[in-house]
Amino acid sequence: MEDLKLPGIDYGALLPMLILFGAACLGILVEVLTPRRSRHSIQLTLGFLAITVAFVAVIVQHSTRKITIGGAVAVDGPTVFLQGAILVLGLVSLMLIGERSIERGGPFVSQAAITVGSQKDLKQAGDQPGLTEVYPLTLFALGGMTLFVAANDLLTMFIALEVFSLPLYLLCALARRRRLLSQEAALKYFLLGSYASAFFLFGVALIYGFAGGVSLAQVHASVANPERSQVLLYAGLALISIGLLFKAALAPFHVWTPDVYQGAPTPITALMAACTKVAAFGALLRILYVAFDGVRWDFQPVLGAIAALTMLVGAVLAVTQTDMKRLLAYSSVANAGYLLVGVLALNEEGLSSTMFYLVAYGFSVLAAFGMVTLVRDADGEATHLARWAGLGRKSPLFAATFTFILLAFAGIPLTSGFTSKFAVFGAAVEGGQTWLVIFGVITSMLLAFPYLRVVVMLWLSEPGDSTPTVSIPGFLTSAALVIGVAATIALGVVPAPLIDLTRDAAQYVR
Amino acid sequence: MKDFPFLSILTLLPLVGAIAVALIPRAKAELAKTVALAWSLVVLVLSIFMWIAFQVDGDRFQFRESYAWIPSWDARFTFAADGIALVMLMLIAILFPVVILASWHDVDKSNRSAPTYFALLLAFEFTMIGVFAAADIFLFYVFFEVMLIPMYFIIGSFGGPRRQYAAVKFFLYSLVGGLFMLAAVIGLWVVGGHTFDWTKLTEAASSIDQNTARWLFLGFFVAFAIKAPFFPFHTWLPDAGGAAPAGAAALLVGVMDKVGTFGILRYCLSLFPEASRWFAPAALVLGVIGIIYAALLAVGQNDLKRLVSYTSIAHFGFIGIGIFAFTTQAGTGSVLYMVNHGLATGLLFIVVGMFVARRGSNLISDFGGAGKLVPVLAGVFFFAGLASLALPGTAPFISEFLVLIGTFTVHPAYAVVATAGIILAAAYVLWMVQRTTQGTLNPALTEVPEMKKDITLREKVVVAPLILLIILLGFYPKPVTDVINPAVQATMQDVGVEDPGPTAVVANERVAR
Repeated sequence: MEDLKLPGIDYGALLPMLILFGAACLGILVEVLTPRRSRHSIQLTLGFLAITVAFVAVIVQHSTRKITIGGAVAVDGPTVFLQGAILVLGLVSLMLIGERSIERGGPFVSQAAITVGSQKDLKQAGDQPGLTEVYPLTLFALGGMTLFVAANDLLTMFIALEVFSLPLYLLCALARRRRLLSQEAALKYFLLGSYASAFFLFGVALIYGFAGGVSLAQVHASVANPERSQVLLYAGLALISIGLLFKAALAPFHVWTPDVYQGAPTPITALMAACTKVAAFGALLRILYVAFDGVRWDFQPVLGAIAALTMLVGAVLAVTQTDMKRLLAYSSVANAGYLLVGVLALNEEGLSSTMFYLVAYGFSVLAAFGMVTLVRDADGEATHLARWAGLGRKSPLFAATFTFILLAFAGIPLTSGFTSKFAVFGAAVEGGQTWLVIFGVITSMLLAFPYLRVVVMLWLSEPGDSTPTVSIPGFLTSAALVIGVAATIALGVVPAPLIDLTRDAAQYVR
Repeated sequence: MKDFPFLSILTLLPLVGAIAVALIPRAKAELAKTVALAWSLVVLVLSIFMWIAFQVDGDRFQFRESYAWIPSWDARFTFAADGIALVMLMLIAILFPVVILASWHDVDKSNRSAPTYFALLLAFEFTMIGVFAAADIFLFYVFFEVMLIPMYFIIGSFGGPRRQYAAVKFFLYSLVGGLFMLAAVIGLWVVGGHTFDWTKLTEAASSIDQNTARWLFLGFFVAFAIKAPFFPFHTWLPDAGGAAPAGAAALLVGVMDKVGTFGILRYCLSLFPEASRWFAPAALVLGVIGIIYAALLAVGQNDLKRLVSYTSIAHFGFIGIGIFAFTTQAGTGSVLYMVNHGLATGLLFIVVGMFVARRGSNLISDFGGAGKLVPVLAGVFFFAGLASLALPGTAPFISEFLVLIGTFTVHPAYAVVATAGIILAAAYVLWMVQRTTQGTLNPALTEVPEMKKDITLREKVVVAPLILLIILLGFYPKPVTDVINPAVQATMQDVGVEDPGPTAVVANERVAR
């Protein structure tokens, strides 16, 4: 019998992912072995520790450029950068997830399986401490995302997709308040997400048929070969794209976004808006730039149309929203459209500017959702827009900060929103996609309107009787907000270091 | 003194001041006002030194400073001022202390915070100075957009009854213009060799293909035309000017709108000379329509602040045709007009503000015969009105005259039609003054105790410098025209227009000397 030949494994390059997965498994053991009272602090510490150490490991690996475990994982510039981004944004999300001082027991239920509206449910909404399983789930999700952006073959990518999606489905269902909405969101996300995964998997199968393998390098080589079946290629690419477009919330695969963003516990929404977006676009970039750049002339117009549609749908529907979380959800859809404009530049500029945008947007959106958790009344978060009227009078600091974040979303200079938009649009003009930029500029005007409406609401409207209060944020939320806002200012005023970093990182290995 | 970093200090000073004033507790309103006034006076003193240090016969751009910002995009903090920018900076430095003093009691009656208001004014001064001092297009764009924010909050939080509507309209209009410009700036960056430096770009501009240049020109022009505002992009101004506090409205038309015409001179003409010549006929037509249309609307207004806003749109029509006539004379007239309009309309807005503060209403019909109660204030109002209609002896007359004769040498028809605007100007100003201060006394006025107080010492200090400057520049504009002329000539050379008529002789004399 022939000896089984194992591929060489570079554990150093895989270290960040290994740390996250290891810590997540450890977290499950903690659930089993430690008393309920102490679990929250242990899990939170473990989570912070794991993410920090993983981030250090990423930094140590910053100059690694290699493909390992038999071609399944590529650690190169974009991988390292995006993993770092996911970890930093994940750390800030974890701060929001771990906050327990704003609401007694934190934003999560204590038992997920209680019938909604029953006596037990009312009791658990009152004061019982929240689930601590959320921490290992978050770590699994982050681990999956870091693998997702590093995956160098389609199967690994699929596995990573499932690894980070399943915990997110669960996390969506765990909101302490508005249980029905939360469960509905989770179910919706799960069902649609499963379809998307199925599409992705089917696409992988077709591409396997086309290329005779699943590694991106093999696909790239086959694309150059005109003898192969073009039907399999395009059908496969289309199906894979659907899976990724779904995760990135691009129209017409965005319909889950507002419902899920609204229903999920707000810290989880923040995690999805920041980290999932990085992961999804990371994978999309890799697939398009590494595997399929040979057929760029064919997919560019199709994805261009999708980008235009996404920007339009996001901007127009954001105008009509009356709920803060839904408004931010549609704004994130529109932002996904701008990101896709950057992706479609299909040059090094496009790669680096998209990565810049992901980080900049991630910080702003974390701050935005972090602030949403603070506006509360007796029933939990008050997310209806009309309720925010006149908050500027009652809490000027809060309103000023939120206004700043909204100005960043609107792309006003001296905020990260402007620099990142400038970067992606510049790259797209460079890449010959001027029409997309013009479309992007027009939708930016539309999109400014809902943000401005909120600003008017905050400052220029009279406060009503039912204006909710702004809670004093606990240490963790304060830290998250400070980081988010500081990054939004810094990337607007002195973006040069991060731009240089993304430029240095903008090189794939194949 | 030539190497002193005037422009960066001038830009940053008001920002520091704004932060300092914003940190003053709300209860200490007087302190906030005093600090804001003192701070703006420091800016004024510094800019006077800069005016002295400017060499009339020197380089086109002086006080050049350049610091690295985003190296990979070649965006830099580059500041430099030519004669046009210099006079605008001087105008800003003069108007802000005046407006701050004029706004002294604006916030007192409302329950809003005085430190916030005066901090916003200083923040606005920061963005205004920045936009005129920038010589890097990226930096210019940043200031161009950021200046919306303080003004938005000034109008929205401290304005009159329709402030919300006006603030949002103002913001959206300007933002739309800004985004058009953003598209053009990105396009320019890509085709112009990945730099934002104005000097490098003007050199690269000639190699941009004609079609692209025209599109880029239009992107910039729309942004500036909205800001200026030119017909048909003007509809935001009467709302904003009508709703803003009087002092802020004076800044709005006195300084901020000039960014539009300044931008056309500096960016549209110099970067896209061919496209500018191509577009000039359309711009001239828009200018003439603006003059007549806005003047007609002004005649029909019953709201004092809206009326003054409409007169301002008409004046911008004059500035517009002066720019696009492409003669040094008309160009100089336009730049001089930008200065004089800032002084005259600024004064008019401030005086209107004094009336409105006393009466508690903007409506002309609420006045009537007010001159019998406040004769001195009514006199100042009359003077401001005459200056605004460009009576000989006041500064605006010279600029309007220069624009018209400069335009007449090349486009007589436009000049003739524009002259009709002068007659309409007389109509709207005199009728406004008559309905407000002359005639029989409106009995309702006597019931308002404030209406019996004539101009106070503070108000005298506010209007005196403006009146003095208007008369001084009306008889002796040379100090300003000397500064403007070389910059305008250089701009016209950028456009590549042969200069007809006597101004060419003047230019030659200057070279000979």
